[in-house]
Amino acid sequence: MRILVVEDDKDVAGFVVKGLREAGHTVEHADNGRDGLFLAASENFDAIILDRMLPGGIDGLRLMETLRAQDNATPVLFLSALGQVDDRVKGLKAGGDDYLTKPFAFAELLARVEALTRRGKTEGPMTRLAVGDLEMDLLSRSVRRGEQKIDLQPREFRLLEYLMRHAGQVVTRTMLLEGVWDYHFDPQTNVIDVHVSRLRQKIDKPFELPLLHTVRNAGYMLRAEDV
Amino acid sequence: MFLRSAGRRFAVLYALMFGLSSCILAFSLWYSTIGLVQRQVEGAIRSDVATLTALAAAPSGGLAALQGAIAERLTAPADLGGIYLLTDDQGRRISGNLDAWPKSLTQMDAWYQLPVSRAGHASVALLRAEALPGGAKLIVGRDVEVRAELWHVLRNGLIWTGFLMVILGLLGAVVIRSMFRRMIRDISITSRAIAKGDLSRRLPLGVGEEFDELAVIINDMLDRISRLMDGVRQVSNAIAHDLRTPVTRARTRLEDASLHASTPEELRAAIDRAILDLDGIVGVFEALLRIAEIEAGSRRAAFALVDLTQTLWDMDELYRAVAEERGLHLRTIIAAPLPVLGDRELLQQAIANLLDNALKFSASGMVIDLSAQLEDNVVEIVVADRGPGIAPGDRKRATERFYRGEAARSTGGSGLGLALVSAVAQLHNGTLQLCDNQPGLRAVISLPTQG
Repeated sequence: MRILVVEDDKDVAGFVVKGLREAGHTVEHADNGRDGLFLAASENFDAIILDRMLPGGIDGLRLMETLRAQDNATPVLFLSALGQVDDRVKGLKAGGDDYLTKPFAFAELLARVEALTRRGKTEGPMTRLAVGDLEMDLLSRSVRRGEQKIDLQPREFRLLEYLMRHAGQVVTRTMLLEGVWDYHFDPQTNVIDVHVSRLRQKIDKPFELPLLHTVRNAGYMLRAEDV
Repeated sequence: MFLRSAGRRFAVLYALMFGLSSCILAFSLWYSTIGLVQRQVEGAIRSDVATLTALAAAPSGGLAALQGAIAERLTAPADLGGIYLLTDDQGRRISGNLDAWPKSLTQMDAWYQLPVSRAGHASVALLRAEALPGGAKLIVGRDVEVRAELWHVLRNGLIWTGFLMVILGLLGAVVIRSMFRRMIRDISITSRAIAKGDLSRRLPLGVGEEFDELAVIINDMLDRISRLMDGVRQVSNAIAHDLRTPVTRARTRLEDASLHASTPEELRAAIDRAILDLDGIVGVFEALLRIAEIEAGSRRAAFALVDLTQTLWDMDELYRAVAEERGLHLRTIIAAPLPVLGDRELLQQAIANLLDNALKFSASGMVIDLSAQLEDNVVEIVVADRGPGIAPGDRKRATERFYRGEAARSTGGSGLGLALVSAVAQLHNGTLQLCDNQPGLRAVISLPTQG
């Protein structure tokens, strides 16, 4: 994937660029809003990681609004030290697709950026999802693995649907909380782990090949091969 | 320039109002006394003239009859103060009690008030002349000396009271202005002291209802400011003391690894643990900022009418799995509807915090109650556990930032959970009560439905 990082802090930018390249992405970097806007408008990217507060007269929000005004729909993830609820709402209203507050774990950033680009591609009506021999029918809301039908509670269904839509990608606990439960805070209790392990009981336990993997220090991943 | 002072403006306004009402009073007094008498006299003269001219014009009448009528009037036992003069076409006096035709009376059908001499007696009279057929002329009038005297008395009286009123008005204006300044002075002295940093000062009450109302509002505002200031002070103290510990731990780990780690694995493990420590510190910061954000009240702008029924069932579903995992029994009783004007996300977080606490302090086999109901326009959400609870003496302090009860010291946590719940409840004009669940803690969030 081709990713643009607009971030003025040298350390943070260096860390993010290095990490993304290690994950196999092509990365361009701009350290001010003007250059960032120029790059974003003139070249094609699969995703943009955008700081809110930038030098050079154009801050993240302005850049975002200018880009959207030009009908540029590149997915944008805000990466900002402004962490209040209003800030998040403002960022998303301006056209951002996701919002991550500093400080952040790189695994979280990577998972979210990759989820963002996937979302861009799979827009449109889908009726079936499949990972390995696990199949989900979104119309009849039924799940089967191989020949066996699997009964899921409504919330388990949504959890599995989210994981299947992001199959092959790391999905973090906060992403699940936001995407499946619509909670925008971190409970002190390991609620997500418990729900994921229950789901695992249903979709993996009776079968030979596990599909739902735990990714250390990051989250979970649903994929047919071993991680 | 002069009127730029509000006090002066009020004073001038008062003087103007006072003067205006005095004028109205004087005028109405004048109109209802002198004016009334005048109108009555005029009416009497007018009807007298009408009667006499009719008599003179009548075929059976004429000047002789007129003369008789005048004589009859003049000799009436009660002296009505009537004044008459009848002259012929040469202007010679025929009859009447006026000695001569007054020189200044030149026009017919008009009112004159003139000094007259009536039977040798000087007086003032209101007169009206009428031309009769055949060139004769008639004057009919009334002696108005008494009325003229009344007029004088009243005029003098009004002039004097006018003076007095001007003086009273000015005096009142001065008094009003000084009262105004005194009231403002109390407020401004106190406000200035507060602005200089003495937040313990409050505006005095009892100055007057309107000013008291203002003072109460300002005092409420000051209470709020000082609460916020206390919060800030508490947080900075807490940062100084409570955050030092995890920062020290992270620092020690890193330094220890830097000095003593002998393999890359050891080094990496130490760094990973230090990152976890730092994440914990960041979590504390985020919780602090969130509480501060809530206490600042700006989230009220985003309030909407929400029904918490589904929200609570969702929380039940989210936490039930964890409770079962730990061998706890989550007992949920939710009575719909639960309408609240508020912020769903914050309420979710508050209830999640209570459930987190309940799970944390419950041992396997215990019951946790989650219940909610609407009563008297108050939505009451209860989370009750059977854990160690909070000692009665500590319950008041349990909602302070970083406060951790005896039972909580051995467990993880930042000591910010209940502070956030309390802040959320207060943001919704509600309360958080911590009671004894015998045994355990019973946390009750009460929220008014209209916010």
